[in-house]
Amino acid sequence: MSQLVGTETVKRGMAQMQKGGVIMDVVNAEQAKVAEAAGAVAVMALERVPSDIRAAGGVARMADPRIVEEVMQAVSIPVMAKARIGHIVEARVLEAMGVDYIDESEVLTPADEEYHILKSEFTVPFVCGCRDLGEAARRIGEGASMLRTKGEPGTGNIVEAVRHMRKVQAQIRKITLMNDDELMTEAKLLGAPYEILREIKKSGKLPIVNFAAGGIATPADAALMMELGSDGVFVGSGIFKSENPEKFAHSIVQATTHYKDYDLIGKLSQELGAAMKGLDISKLSLEERMQERGW
Amino acid sequence: MLKIGVLALQGAVSEHIKQIESAGQVAVAVKKASELPSLDALIIPGGESTAIRKLIDYYEFKAPIQQFSAEKKPIFGTCAGLVLLANELVDGSEAHLRLMDISVKRNAFGRQKDSFETMLQVKGFTGNVPAVFIRAPIITEVTEHVEVLATYDNQIVAAKQGHLLVTSFHPELTEENRWMKLFIKMVKQAHQMSTIH
Repeated sequence: MSQLVGTETVKRGMAQMQKGGVIMDVVNAEQAKVAEAAGAVAVMALERVPSDIRAAGGVARMADPRIVEEVMQAVSIPVMAKARIGHIVEARVLEAMGVDYIDESEVLTPADEEYHILKSEFTVPFVCGCRDLGEAARRIGEGASMLRTKGEPGTGNIVEAVRHMRKVQAQIRKITLMNDDELMTEAKLLGAPYEILREIKKSGKLPIVNFAAGGIATPADAALMMELGSDGVFVGSGIFKSENPEKFAHSIVQATTHYKDYDLIGKLSQELGAAMKGLDISKLSLEERMQERGW
Repeated sequence: MLKIGVLALQGAVSEHIKQIESAGQVAVAVKKASELPSLDALIIPGGESTAIRKLIDYYEFKAPIQQFSAEKKPIFGTCAGLVLLANELVDGSEAHLRLMDISVKRNAFGRQKDSFETMLQVKGFTGNVPAVFIRAPIITEVTEHVEVLATYDNQIVAAKQGHLLVTSFHPELTEENRWMKLFIKMVKQAHQMSTIH
């Protein structure tokens, strides 16, 4: 029998298997093992977590392949890695290395300020950030197999992730109630591919998994994003920039699974030690806001 | 109507719930071990087996699921669910629920880029059966108590042992409903057995 790799079902299905889970940013094998032991469903291998990227400034690129390889050898859970927006070659390199998922990410400095990668051409699946339904639908149109809210990475401040998740959900509800003859104009206004909006209108939901990312720093933050309809969460700087990464990792995993069990989340939040130090988004200039990257 | 639970700690839970409901049965997303006794059957979905195992441990699901199986209530494991039910893992790591006489190799086909779709021939099903393999495990060994239902490239990818059913692949990602029908038949048989005794 013929064997088909890289099909839409296979790429989207991989993200479906991650649902209800936590994907953690790691910068070395040791952190990857801590993440796996805590019950992470995948790790994102990076050279620096977003808060350090912010602090370092300059151009942020794909991680050194040695780091990605080291992480891939250290754990049996899937390994993701980030490529710059529009950087086709970084993505091809990561694919050739056998990375399980690529994040075409605004956390890195964009390589192209006009176009994203045509992700449908790849065998490896992609996750992309979104702030609204138009952006979500454009990324789906390009072949993304998974979405995440952009939030504001490296801030430890949940406010932007909440804004983006609420916006996407509200826009889905809006088009669900729309008349069919109103949809084309809505597609124009959102800058969204019409066929994809039609599919979303029909099913009442996104055709791919949508996680929350960008500012999750505590178990309660993770649970909040699940409450708002996320399929799972990415935690970037929140774990390994906290005082007690192991405890934070365990607690965030449990709070994501049992996001409606408030007694449990209360217990998980006790004596966790200091969370990462947060940033006030309004203090960030437009150029400092990573969420503005992506088109 | 039958009440079929889906272990809802992590993974593709809603896909199974949809298939249970399409088959006209009652589906329950199971988050606590105390919910198990009221169920007729349990599905352990695909997901990350290491993550699901951690959550099984945190919330003390292991003994209650083993008890559930001891009462001959049917359990269906897909992908990670198959890994969790195995008696032995060939990579040397510790087996999880140890309910089924199978040895299992995790990620047997490689990484995500090697994940694939294909058609299978399945014992008892007519025609081709679509199968989606995602970082899938295979069964490397079975005892005489296990019935092999399907192979791919000479490797065992679906099997049944009494009240236990496992697939390496994900029927819940396709429109294929015959696995659910087979499972429901097993649940009905288990019901009849328990009323006879």
